Amino acid sequence: MSTYWKDYFRRNGMALGLFVLLAVMVWMLVMIILPQLYMLDFSFRTNVPPPQWGTDTHTYTLEHYRYLLYGNVNATESFNYLDLGVFGRTIIAAVFVTFIDLCLCYPVAYYLAHVAKGGWGRLMVMSLIVPFWVNELLRAFAFKVMFGTGGVINDALMWLGILDQPYDFIRENVALYSGLSYAYILLMIFPIYNAVESLDRNQIEAARDMGAPWWRIHWRVVIPHAKPGITSGSTMVFMLTAGALAAPQILGGPSSLWFTQLVYKWFNNSANWARGSAYALVLLVACIVFVLLMMRIFKVKLGEIAR
Amino acid sequence: MSADVKLEDVWIRFGSFEAAKDVNIHIQEGEFFSFLGPSGCGKTTLLRAVSGFLEPSEGKVLIGGQDMAGIGPNKRPTALIFQNLALFPLMKVWENIAFPLEVRGVGKAERRKRADELLELIALPDQGDKMVNELSGGQKQRVAIARALAAEPDVLLLDEPLSALDLKLRQHMRTELRAIQQRVGITFIYITHDQGEALTMSDHVAVMSQGVIEQVADGNTIYDSPQTAFVASFVGENNHFQGKVTAADGDMVTVETPSGVLRGRNIERDGKPQLAAGDQALVFIRPESLRFVDGEKKRDNVLEATVERQEFEGNFWQVFLQVKDCPRVVSLSMVNDGSSVGHDVGAQVKIGCDAAHAVALPVGQMAAE
Repeated sequence: MSTYWKDYFRRNGMALGLFVLLAVMVWMLVMIILPQLYMLDFSFRTNVPPPQWGTDTHTYTLEHYRYLLYGNVNATESFNYLDLGVFGRTIIAAVFVTFIDLCLCYPVAYYLAHVAKGGWGRLMVMSLIVPFWVNELLRAFAFKVMFGTGGVINDALMWLGILDQPYDFIRENVALYSGLSYAYILLMIFPIYNAVESLDRNQIEAARDMGAPWWRIHWRVVIPHAKPGITSGSTMVFMLTAGALAAPQILGGPSSLWFTQLVYKWFNNSANWARGSAYALVLLVACIVFVLLMMRIFKVKLGEIAR
Repeated sequence: MSADVKLEDVWIRFGSFEAAKDVNIHIQEGEFFSFLGPSGCGKTTLLRAVSGFLEPSEGKVLIGGQDMAGIGPNKRPTALIFQNLALFPLMKVWENIAFPLEVRGVGKAERRKRADELLELIALPDQGDKMVNELSGGQKQRVAIARALAAEPDVLLLDEPLSALDLKLRQHMRTELRAIQQRVGITFIYITHDQGEALTMSDHVAVMSQGVIEQVADGNTIYDSPQTAFVASFVGENNHFQGKVTAADGDMVTVETPSGVLRGRNIERDGKPQLAAGDQALVFIRPESLRFVDGEKKRDNVLEATVERQEFEGNFWQVFLQVKDCPRVVSLSMVNDGSSVGHDVGAQVKIGCDAAHAVALPVGQMAAE
């Protein structure tokens, strides 16, 4: 180990070596580890106003986690069905959104990597990226207007005679799923694009030459090759969708809550940071466990994602 | 099953670039046929037109007498072995070989059985469960052949499949490929820029340059009786002398060059001699046909030269000479059989050959040095 460090400093020089080492450590510690440790600590403590932090009343407790599971001490239900239901629906909806994105993005990524040539391909990439210069809030509100009962989509469908009265896309969460699917589309396309692009074209042609129809070429040659990219994209989209706040807040139907909205409520409206932390951590851990489980099922190693 | 391949008046254009110009070739069923030419001559393009990855701009491709127009590569009775082999790295060796069968819906047990048979054929038994990357270059090569054969094609197309191998292995694989071809008996169409490969393996060779088929013949004829200046200069080493035809008699011509009068064979093309008196001509003499003239034996062609340098290659000597009024260095090679007479650098010598070993051709495009 010590030879490794000696070699490291010899290669990079003392000043640069120390800077990189320090920067990485500060990044890890201040940006990632410390805040999460704070959250963890908070989630196990009683909810007291800031002046009393560190005093005798600021003690350790499991009440916030208990609340998520069983609800209020005086509750009549045996479980906190309301919050747990929101939690379950959020995870399922995030899986759904991830799946939609995968179905949309794989063909696009493949097209960009192996079919589109030169200027046309660049134009497509530009037209994917540039719309994301529009900020998230504006985009969400635009979707809300577009999907509204008097919005352009309802107008068009009614004009075409497909609908005879406006359909409530907002209440039925169509707007929400569309908004979420669109929000993270680039995070799905680019990892898949990178993976697919590195596939030797000859392999596709070889499969075709041996008589394989297009679907088998994808199933046996392209998708296995793109698996790390697909995993990487799916993981990111899933994590970010499950943790999204603005889109559910704006586009969600009146009856559907996103779990992050509960977290937000505890932090802001109810001034219960401790409970908010507990909820947020449960979401984080659940997402990580879910992703690791999926990776186990699809036989992807963690290291492959980073490729 | 085996099938013949016919290219009729085939033109292939990419924009204004013509990759194949009026190609007419009939490849007999069951033969080993090679396209030989420098890179960029259009040979790979022709192969892609046969395999179906590319439709000719004009003309027809017929396989087994059937017009292939509009038939995709997955529906043609051909199998292509790519230059980089294009094995599937995420599949096991046997799955690679059995892929064409998987495509046809053959059951797993049957696929495995067939893959094992093919592994036997390519002398790699019991390697089926390895991953492709665990194999050596030569083994991968053979797996690619087995995979192509699994498709039971009538015609096997090979796009410079040996170019990635080292010299020893390449020579070994030549013999192997030829043996496999004779065992399975199907038509092989082989693309290469390596004349050694083309000459050793093929029944017939088509020499190509800039989209044009220069000559189609067996290896011997290509080497000994090239029909164009390109073939003469591209296949093997050759010395050439330019001059003017002074007499054409029978199948021989006399050419007056600045270095001396040379007699050579007037090579026919399309059944007609190509040179007549008054034509500009190139006389080609191979280094191994040139001999030092020692005065005892009379030679038809004699040139005065100065030894410039000599290289010892082991089995033969390579001598480079400055010939009077010839702008190029002329090379002469002598088998190292113990009888070779050494000459000092700078020595004035006479070299020559018999007219039968000199080839006279119309002036034309030459292969790049």
